[in-house]
Amino acid sequence: MASNEFLLEYLPVLIFIFIAAGLSLVMFIASLIVGKKNPDPEKLSAYECGFEAFADAHNKFDVRYYLVAILFIIFDLEIAFLFPWAISLGDIGLFGFWSMMVFLGVLTVGFIYEWNKGALDWE
Amino acid sequence: MVIKMIATAAFYLFSIILLLSALRVITASNAVHSVLFLILAFFNAAGLFVLLGAEFVAMILVIVYVGAVAVLFLFVVMMLDVDFQSLRQNAKSYIGGGLVFGGVMLLELITLYFAWADVQPTLVAEAAVVSDITNTEQIGQVLYTDYVYAFQLAGLILLVAMIGAIVLTHRRRADVRRQKVADQVYVKREDVLEIKEVKTGQGIS
Repeated sequence: MASNEFLLEYLPVLIFIFIAAGLSLVMFIASLIVGKKNPDPEKLSAYECGFEAFADAHNKFDVRYYLVAILFIIFDLEIAFLFPWAISLGDIGLFGFWSMMVFLGVLTVGFIYEWNKGALDWE
Repeated sequence: MVIKMIATAAFYLFSIILLLSALRVITASNAVHSVLFLILAFFNAAGLFVLLGAEFVAMILVIVYVGAVAVLFLFVVMMLDVDFQSLRQNAKSYIGGGLVFGGVMLLELITLYFAWADVQPTLVAEAAVVSDITNTEQIGQVLYTDYVYAFQLAGLILLVAMIGAIVLTHRRRADVRRQKVADQVYVKREDVLEIKEVKTGQGIS
């Protein structure tokens, strides 16, 4: 386990988690206890201009959303690599700087490719 | 002392929720619920990483896995439209292969458990190098210089993933007209505009 000073910094996060979990549990249980329960099949059925569902709720959707998501992940990871680099730029010198520039250059090639292919356009 | 106790309690809390949600990932009948339990498992794993002092890894786990990979899983679950009910019906035919894989993994874990007594002192000695710089800074000091090849390899893998995703999923739609900005900019007045003299009462033929 990590040092005490380090863990102490994260204590507010832990307390916050407990408050969030406790508050949502209280709301959940309170509505369970206080709320009126009068179940009736008519309440769940379609009424007035409603109609029975035609198909399953998860219908297939366009693969374009997937493409957008995967491109997002790739640039998300690129940003993740930038954080430690930015912090320690003073220590790693010119080599570290150019190491990152090559990395960014490789991804820029991919970026130009996807731009030219029109993967960024929604059409 | 109190901090250590809280940390231990937090460890058990995170571990228990992690294991239970991981169990629900494979037992939930609804695939979307499985993905949501997977997100919960990722969050608890991030908590465990924080307890180990690896805060950068923990935050990356939250950003990349929870923020991006889990969304991707949801997309896949919704896009593929797999009939999980019918998959479950012939699940028994996979039981042999599953047992083999599970058995190999269990064997490896048991080996690790018995080897742990020898390995642990050196690992702890390495991990206990206490420094006043943060975890993120420590990673930054070695990742871009000492591990430069692995780092560049990561960049190339990302490039391959990007190109692969575009090649596999992107296609031009014939029925949709795209906006071509360059064509719009370079259009000449003569191409689109014609001025005709119209005499009164005659109209254009």
